[in-house]
Amino acid sequence: MDNDEKESGEESGRPFCAEQFTGRKRTQAQVESVSLRCETLMQCQICKKKAATIHLTEIHEGVRMEMHLCEQCAVEQGIAAKTQISINELLSGLLAAQPADDELFGPSEHQTKCPNCGFTLDQFRKQGVLGCPHDYEIFEKTLLPLIEKAQDGKTTHCGKVPAKTPRDTKKDMERASLREQLKAAVQKENYELAAKLRDKLDQLE
Amino acid sequence: MKLSDISSDINEWFSGSGPLSDVVISSRIRLARNLAGHKFLSHCSTAEKSAILEKLKDVIMSLDLGDQVFYISVDKASDLNRNFLVERHLISRHLALGKGPRGVVIARREFFTAMINEEDHLRIQVLKAGCQLSRCAEQISHIDDMIESKADYAFSPRFGYLTACPTNLGTGIRVSVMLHLPALKMTEQIEKFFDAAKDMNLAVRGLFGEGTEAASDLYQLSNQVTLGMSESEIVSQFENKIIPEIVEYENAARNHLLSKQAETLDDKISRAMALLQSAHLISSQEALFLLSHLRLGINMHEHMGASTPAIQRLCKLREKVDGGKGLSIVTINRLFMLTLPAHLQLNHGKSLDSARRDALRAKIIRSTLVQGEQ
Repeated sequence: MDNDEKESGEESGRPFCAEQFTGRKRTQAQVESVSLRCETLMQCQICKKKAATIHLTEIHEGVRMEMHLCEQCAVEQGIAAKTQISINELLSGLLAAQPADDELFGPSEHQTKCPNCGFTLDQFRKQGVLGCPHDYEIFEKTLLPLIEKAQDGKTTHCGKVPAKTPRDTKKDMERASLREQLKAAVQKENYELAAKLRDKLDQLE
Repeated sequence: MKLSDISSDINEWFSGSGPLSDVVISSRIRLARNLAGHKFLSHCSTAEKSAILEKLKDVIMSLDLGDQVFYISVDKASDLNRNFLVERHLISRHLALGKGPRGVVIARREFFTAMINEEDHLRIQVLKAGCQLSRCAEQISHIDDMIESKADYAFSPRFGYLTACPTNLGTGIRVSVMLHLPALKMTEQIEKFFDAAKDMNLAVRGLFGEGTEAASDLYQLSNQVTLGMSESEIVSQFENKIIPEIVEYENAARNHLLSKQAETLDDKISRAMALLQSAHLISSQEALFLLSHLRLGINMHEHMGASTPAIQRLCKLREKVDGGKGLSIVTINRLFMLTLPAHLQLNHGKSLDSARRDALRAKIIRSTLVQGEQ
């Protein structure tokens, strides 16, 4: 599909829909790469009422097309998952959306290979799993936003700790967890809880 | 200890007992762990996988679990045996279909299994009948402690227990329940349930886990977030908020059926009774579908005092069945489990093609439900 079709569709005032946009029903074979990102700055192109939270980038035969939809319209167009996108797809999609900054800013984590197991982010894109425990440290910059997305905004462990963990480490962890909870309480303006957490922190320090 | 020692009956978590058992069939908690000083499985050589397998097998077989344990080498098992283990929820499809050295340690009473070399080095699980999540949690944490005293886990103060996939990071805990939701389906509210689950960050899966369909109106509901909350918070939220809400939804739908759609309900139960008592060929899919209606009828009678004409006939049937022991949920569960394809063949002693399985299944069901039938 070329840009002319898109423009004439808009000019004639016909309803803007996914099929017209691509000129044909999208099939797996035809779409070379699709990525979903979630931002909240633009207006939905279909209903023009709600904020666009789903940004669909489609590359077909070298031509890049973008759509910005609210969740409802995306579902109606059969694009967004009403059922859950599998976590692997979500992670791969988010990973694909990371900017490739290696040329301007030097070797990024995208070029790095884990010295322990040889893992690369490219392998993660394909398999959805890491190579060894060190990868969480080595690729932290890239993984952190993915972890945040997959774990409902959470990034710090505050559950069970192995018994063998040194007491100092356990204390550090408890302090870090209390600090996170304190931050969340202040954000939610729950000052009573915040005060209690502050007291607990003082006792530990 | 052989698989045929356990194949001819249901296990204790499928016994139909436990709290809220008219909606919550069973509870399960699993923990994902990896050994420190090893790569994750995707980057392990076969030799490394074997080393991990031997180490973990030795540790777990040496634990005092208050029950006999036995080990099955999944990579060396036949397809039939693997399918049997999946049917019984003792291993995941992932482990059955995986590659390389891998195995499972199973407690004789089947309340505990430990999968080795699935997606992570170790995945342990505890299962119980009905809604018993906190008891599952207590038991599995204790077993986890015992393992940890003999092996070192990969753990970071920041990210918790380190797992191959970031979706299991932190606690590594998967809390899940198997729910029977026929009324939500019949009153066309099942989509609402899916939406509510999605809003609460919960995953809904079919009977045998990821990528499977909801057979017999059974759904597996589990947490998706494993990081940033403690194990007890996740379990408590499930047990005290999420489950009571869903049980209420389903019960409200069952009441609605009784008061506004009794004919539809009776029709489904009657057809199920009729077909199951007379069919000579029945597929697993159809059997599970029909058994769901009988399960609903029995539970509505026992838990809600329902007595529509079809339910009354179902109760009368109950008196004649199983040598006078009656058509209980235990019988339904037995018919459910023992007529699954791998169970059928294992208990029959040899592989059977699809048509012969359908005939054997129908025969077993008829002989259970119809008095005097051999």
